[in-house]
Amino acid sequence: MIARLQQTGYEEDRLQRVAKLLPCRELQAGTLLSIMGQPQQYSYPSVFIYGHRASGKSHVMHILLKELELPHATVSCVECVSVALLFEQVLLSFFGCDAASLLPRSPSLSDFVRIYRQQCLEMPAKQTRYVVMEKAELLRDMDANLLPAILRLQELVEDNVTVIFLSEIVWDKFRPNTGCFEPLLLHFPDYSKGELQQILSQDKHPSYSAEFYSSYINILLGVFYSVCRDLRELRHLAALNFSKFCEPLAEGKVKESDTHKLWRNIEPHLKKAMQTVYLREVSSLQWEQMQQVEEKETGPLRGLSAHTHVELPYYSKFLLIAAYLASYNPARTDKRFFLKHHGKIKKTNFLKKNEKTSNHLLGPKPFPLDRLLAIFYSVVDSRVAPTASIFSQISSLVTLQLLTQVSHDDQLDAPKYKCAVSMDFICAISRTVNFDIVKYLYDFL
Amino acid sequence: MSKRKVKDAHLPVGECITQLQKILRERLCNQQLPEKPEGVGAQHKHLLELLRRTAVHGESNSVLIVGPRGAGKTMLLKSVLRELLEEKEVQKNLLQVQLNGLLQTDDRIALKEITRQLHLENVVGDKVFGSFAENLAFLLEALKKGDRSSSRPVLFVLDEFDLFAHHKNQTLLYNLFDVSQSAQAPIAVVGLTCRLDVLELLEKRYIERVQTQLSLPQDFPDEKFAKDWNESVKALCEDKSVEEVLLRHFNCSRDFRSLHMFLMLCLSRVTVAKPVVKAADVLEAGRLCFADAKADMLHGLSILELCLIIAMKHLNDVYEGEPFNLQMVHNEFKKFLQRKSNSMYNFEQPVVLKAFEHLQQLELIRPVDGSSAKTQREYQLMRLMLDNSQIMEALQKYPQCPTDVKQWAMSAFG
Repeated sequence: MIARLQQTGYEEDRLQRVAKLLPCRELQAGTLLSIMGQPQQYSYPSVFIYGHRASGKSHVMHILLKELELPHATVSCVECVSVALLFEQVLLSFFGCDAASLLPRSPSLSDFVRIYRQQCLEMPAKQTRYVVMEKAELLRDMDANLLPAILRLQELVEDNVTVIFLSEIVWDKFRPNTGCFEPLLLHFPDYSKGELQQILSQDKHPSYSAEFYSSYINILLGVFYSVCRDLRELRHLAALNFSKFCEPLAEGKVKESDTHKLWRNIEPHLKKAMQTVYLREVSSLQWEQMQQVEEKETGPLRGLSAHTHVELPYYSKFLLIAAYLASYNPARTDKRFFLKHHGKIKKTNFLKKNEKTSNHLLGPKPFPLDRLLAIFYSVVDSRVAPTASIFSQISSLVTLQLLTQVSHDDQLDAPKYKCAVSMDFICAISRTVNFDIVKYLYDFL
Repeated sequence: MSKRKVKDAHLPVGECITQLQKILRERLCNQQLPEKPEGVGAQHKHLLELLRRTAVHGESNSVLIVGPRGAGKTMLLKSVLRELLEEKEVQKNLLQVQLNGLLQTDDRIALKEITRQLHLENVVGDKVFGSFAENLAFLLEALKKGDRSSSRPVLFVLDEFDLFAHHKNQTLLYNLFDVSQSAQAPIAVVGLTCRLDVLELLEKRYIERVQTQLSLPQDFPDEKFAKDWNESVKALCEDKSVEEVLLRHFNCSRDFRSLHMFLMLCLSRVTVAKPVVKAADVLEAGRLCFADAKADMLHGLSILELCLIIAMKHLNDVYEGEPFNLQMVHNEFKKFLQRKSNSMYNFEQPVVLKAFEHLQQLELIRPVDGSSAKTQREYQLMRLMLDNSQIMEALQKYPQCPTDVKQWAMSAFG
C-alpha cells in the first residue's frame, strides 16, 4: 500500500507520483514536506538530515524537489574542493550563469552574500529556494566560518532560502566550539529487512516471475544481511549473482518452485562473493570472468586475495621473516630460539605467562637493525656475507611498505624498523621457502 | 473545537490554514520582529538612548551586547534600530554599516565592505593607502558635510564580535575604538557576541512566551477562526502533559531559537484536516527534539558491527578506557563465538576489517593519535565514542536482536 502524501499548495497527482517513487520512505517524505510547507511560505532556515548510507536521504530530497518543481541547488561537498565551486554552483542554479560569473577570483563568503543579495533584489524568491548539501561532514574541513554562516544563510541574505544538510554523521560532531545556529534535526532510519526485500524485489528480471526473484532476494539477504545493510551494495551483489542463481533453471535441472535445490546451488557461491566482491578485491568484471573459468576447470580455487601473490627475491623473503620474528618475539627469547646450545633455560621460567596479552594483539614492536641481521643469519640456511645487496634489499622492503622505518632518517648507524605484514602473509611467504615460522613464534608456543 | 464549527466561518478553512501557516512561519523563522520586545525593556531603553545620542548629537559611543545564543541580541538591536529610524532627524542623518564576523573574515575584506556600504567606491577609486588607519580616516572624512564642520554619524554593527577579535593585530577593532575615543567623527560601535556568560534575563518569561509566540495578531481576516485558534492554544498551554514537555525543553536549553524549532515542528503538523495543535503534536515534537542521535545511528548497524561495538564495550570495561585496536576487538569477538556452538557469525578478518572501518567512518570510534600512516590498520589504536548506557539502550531497541548477543552485552566481563 502506498501511503498518501498530503500537503496543501501542491497538486494532488504530483504528490501521488512522488509517493510512488519513494517506497518505504513515505513517513520521512511526509515530515519533510510538512516542514517545507507551502512553496511560497517560509521554511526553517536549516534542516539537518542524518541517517546511514543508502537510507534514501539524497533520493527523497532529489525526488521531492524535482517532482514538485521547486527552485533548488544541489551541491555535493565532495566535488567542492574549494568554496568558490560551492558558491558558483548555488548562484548558477538560482540566478543563471550571469550571476555566477560575477564572483571574483577566490571569492570570500562576503562576496558570495553580497552577490546573492544583489541578484535577490532583481529576482526575489516567489517560492522557497532550497540548497541541498550532500556529504555535509566535509564542510567541517573547510574554513571554520563556512558552516556557521551557511546554517544561517536565510538571515544573512534575507531571502526565502532553506539549507538542507545530508550526512551520515550525527549533528553532535558538527557543532563548533562557540556554538552556532542549531538546525532542525531529522533522522532517516535504516530500512528493515522486510523493506529491503520489498525494494530489492522491485528490480526483477523481465523473463522470470516476481516470486522467483523475490525468493532469490530472500536467500541473498539471508547471507549478507548480518554483515551489510547498505541497499546500494546489496543491489550490486544481487545484480551480479542472479545469473548464477538462474543457471540450474536454464539447464532444466530444477523447476522455479524448487527453492531448496536453488538455495543449495547458490549458497556457497554467495559466501565466496562475500570474501571477494564485497571486499572489492576483484572488480565485478573479474568476478564474472572467474565464474566462467570456474565452469570449465573445476580445480582447486586459487587464492583470491591479492596479497598472497607478492614475488620477492630469496633473501628478501628471509629478511622479511626475520623482521617478523623480531617484531613479534620479545628480545630475551632470541637466545632460546636461535642458539644451538643455549644452555638450560627452564621452560616455566621461559614462558612467563604473566605477559598475558600476546604480541599479536598489540601489534609489531620496533627492533634495531643489528637484531634483524642476527636473526636473519641464523634462519637462512646458507652462509651469507653482509654485502651491500643485503642492505639494499632491506631498504627496498621499506619502499614496498612491508617494513616501516620507525626512527628518523638521519640515524644512520642504528636505524629501527617495524614489520608491517600480517600473519597470513608471512605464513604464505615462509611456505615458499619451506620455513615453519609458527615454530619460532613466542605467542604460539 | 469541532471541524464543522470552523466551516461555518467566513473564509474556507483551507484559506485560514494557509494564512495561519504564513504568519506563524514568518515569525518562527526569524523573519519578523515582534511588535514589542519582551523582557529586555531596560536594555532596550538604554541602547535606544545611546544610539540616539550618536545619531542626533554626534556623540561617539560603543556598546557590547553579550548574551548566550538565541537570547535575542540581534532582535533587540533590530527593534531598537526600527524605533530609532522612525525619527525623521535620525533617518536622514544616520549611516549604517553592518558587518558580520562570519562573512568579513579579515580586515581587508571588512574595509572593502565598509567602503561599499558607505557608497564610497567612487571616492576611493584607485587610491593607495599606507595603512589601515589612513584608509578608515579617509572614508570617514569623505562623509563630512558640505560645510566640513561636522561629519555624519555612522553606526557600525559588528555581529559575531568575538571573531573580529581573532583578526591579525585586531586592526579594525583598534581603529574603530580609536576613532570613537578621539572624536574624529561621531561613530557608534555595537558589538554582538555570545562569548561571555551573561545574566539569564529571559528565564522567567520563557513559558509565557509560548503563548505570545503562537497567538495571532488582531488583523487576521477571519476573526472566528482566529478566536478559535487562540482559544485552542490557550487550552493547550493548560494541558498538563504539554506543560511537562515544555518544562523539559526549557531545562535543556533556554534559547529562543530552539523554542522556535520546537514550535515549528508543532506548526508543521497543522493541516486542513486537523486545524489545531493538539497535545499529541507537542509530545511528538518533543520526541523528535530529544531523540538521541547516536542511539538512532546504532539502530541501523549490522549485527556484525553491533557485535564489534559490544566487544569494544567489554574491552573498555576491562581495561578502564584504555584505547584498543582491531586485533583486540576481533579476539574478544572470537572468544564470544567460541562459547557458542553455532558459527553463524564466522566472518573472515577482512570482512571484520571492513565493518570496523565503517564504524570509523561513522565516527563512532576515533583513532587516538595522528600517526596513522605508519601503523597497520589492524593495530591502529582507537577509542570508543559511545558510553555504556547508549549501547544498552540501542540494544533494547535493536530489531530482532539475537538473545545470545544481548546476553553477551549484559554480562559483566566479556
